[in-house]
Amino acid sequence: MKTTYREAMRAAIREAMTRDDRVFLMGEDVGRYGGCFAVSLGLLEEFGPERIRDTPLSESGFVGAGIGAALGGMRPIVEIMTVNFSLLALDQIMNNAATLRHMSGGQFSVPLVIRMTPGAGRQLAAQHSHSLEGWYAHIPGLRILTPSTLEDARGMLWTALQDPDPVLIFEHGSLYNVAGEIADDAGAVDIDTAAVRRSGRDVSLITYGGTLQITLDAAEPLAQEGIDAEVFDLRTLRPLDDAAILATVARTHRAVIVDEGWRSGSISAEVSARITESAFFDLDAPVGRVCSVDSAAALRQAPGTGRTPLRRPRRRRGPGGGGHPWVTS
Amino acid sequence: MIDEFTARRVTADPERARHLLLQMLRARRFEEKCVELYSAAKIRGFMHVYIGEEAVAAGVMAALEPEDAVLAIYREHGHALLRGVLAGAILAEMYGYEQGCCRGRGGSMHLFDAATRFYGGNAIVAGGLPLAVGLALADKMAGRDRVTVCFFGEGAVAEGEFHESINLAALWQLPVLFRCENNLYAMGTALGRSESQTDIALKAAAYEVPAWPVDGMDVLAVEETARRAVHMVRAGGGPHFLELSTYRFRAHSMYDPERYREKAEVATWLERDPIDLLRAALEAAGELPAKTWAAVQGEVDSEVQAAVEFAKAGTPEPVEDLTRFLYTERGPK
Repeated sequence: MKTTYREAMRAAIREAMTRDDRVFLMGEDVGRYGGCFAVSLGLLEEFGPERIRDTPLSESGFVGAGIGAALGGMRPIVEIMTVNFSLLALDQIMNNAATLRHMSGGQFSVPLVIRMTPGAGRQLAAQHSHSLEGWYAHIPGLRILTPSTLEDARGMLWTALQDPDPVLIFEHGSLYNVAGEIADDAGAVDIDTAAVRRSGRDVSLITYGGTLQITLDAAEPLAQEGIDAEVFDLRTLRPLDDAAILATVARTHRAVIVDEGWRSGSISAEVSARITESAFFDLDAPVGRVCSVDSAAALRQAPGTGRTPLRRPRRRRGPGGGGHPWVTS
Repeated sequence: MIDEFTARRVTADPERARHLLLQMLRARRFEEKCVELYSAAKIRGFMHVYIGEEAVAAGVMAALEPEDAVLAIYREHGHALLRGVLAGAILAEMYGYEQGCCRGRGGSMHLFDAATRFYGGNAIVAGGLPLAVGLALADKMAGRDRVTVCFFGEGAVAEGEFHESINLAALWQLPVLFRCENNLYAMGTALGRSESQTDIALKAAAYEVPAWPVDGMDVLAVEETARRAVHMVRAGGGPHFLELSTYRFRAHSMYDPERYREKAEVATWLERDPIDLLRAALEAAGELPAKTWAAVQGEVDSEVQAAVEFAKAGTPEPVEDLTRFLYTERGPK
């Protein structure tokens, strides 16, 4: 059937709410507004205001409340409007969600899912363009997911909710309108392994989330130049699927990591380090990286393209997208 | 000099008064031993003692049911002990031993105990308030009539998490009892130097939360207001807020030269030692014969001594186990 990334996420939330009455969705404008990116549009009418719970602009308060509710036996899905605002909740995510199990000697677990939207490319300037998923992947105690395909948008949430520990899901803002075919019975997917999205022999292009499609697009002109690129989707940034990363490098002997995060201290740096530590003698060339410049984001369009940087081609407006200021079209 | 009101309350229920005296004394003697052990370098790291503030914890714990939840801050030995965490398990935790209530992972500032629903032990000021809101939200959504009690100091009211949490609890009418322990100093910063409005109950009231100031040195008053507030919260009355005026007799931590307060001020508050006050009232009422008082002290001393023996016999968690429980352990796939 046809769907969009947004609809797939919504279907995942609806399924979780239907299957498990401990699940509820909480966040800013998830209810009456329909979700800032229209992911939860219509769910308030379906499940009511107790389970589709609008919150005040109190990121630390409601993320902490999500942690507390998880401690109390619920299975909350907390939506933080964008990753930029999650910094206001960093104390709760890092000092509580990520540490409570370890610090209590295994007595308490935090079965919480936090969803948020990272990414640049929509002319939103410095404070609305962060890609901090790699930063969150620095924190032991969390699991970090970056669904890049319709199948992962549809299937990662349920598996994340089964995880007894806190899981952060990063839904890149440029993906919500991506449309395509998905199996009618699409459902839960694993959240442990990376995936090869295009097989190749000459170089591994390692990426995740919002930059997967751009990387797949880049593989086409490379093929015309006679370079057969393997496109590798990390899917989960913590824990990294080391075995699969090393296996792709062993096949192609070259690796380029594509990461929208800042270059210095990024997840691309971590992946590069692991390849160098464990697959150095498989390499025919130094590991390369394509990352964001170490700078705050500027508003203007990318030079010479008539487009904002990282803007994806072939985007289609999805249902419910109209009127939502941050939904790209 | 025992005022008539206090005398009447003691006489009305001497059994309850003696129970509260015992509880306060347990926390006091336990922490006096902790200070001794710290000085002997048996306990390391940060350690903050509650000496002088015992009436606050003792008064509320008596009003709680086993299924209620309790959250406290990093000065929480007394709260944990009076909630029912075993003294030996607390002390072993402070030693950093595997036999501690958190396997020696958290120490003095991070006591947790699932059996008594004691959720820390939070060393980030105001960091526990949002958790209390969430625990109460879970109870409300599940239709349980539990109460979540959240202790914090007056320093926390300057944090955003305080305001966010009180607002959420009020907005959603959640069963939380907020307990602000106003000991006048956030570490070394006096309340008047950090707050433009020093009436803390007023701040909670601004969020439409019923809030009262209470004399935190009068354990009978604390217990009575706590009992009423817990009853109201459990009955569906939404969050309630009690501001307990109290005083920390000792330094903030073991590294505090106390340059920020006058000795005379400390001396004035020492005259209102909650244990001395209640003991004097009981004695004046003839409800604490010397033999009974000796028995109470003996009971407490035995508990503390047994805790020391238990902790001393502990062992540190093996190094190879220190990364366990970061994630939930799963069997082989």
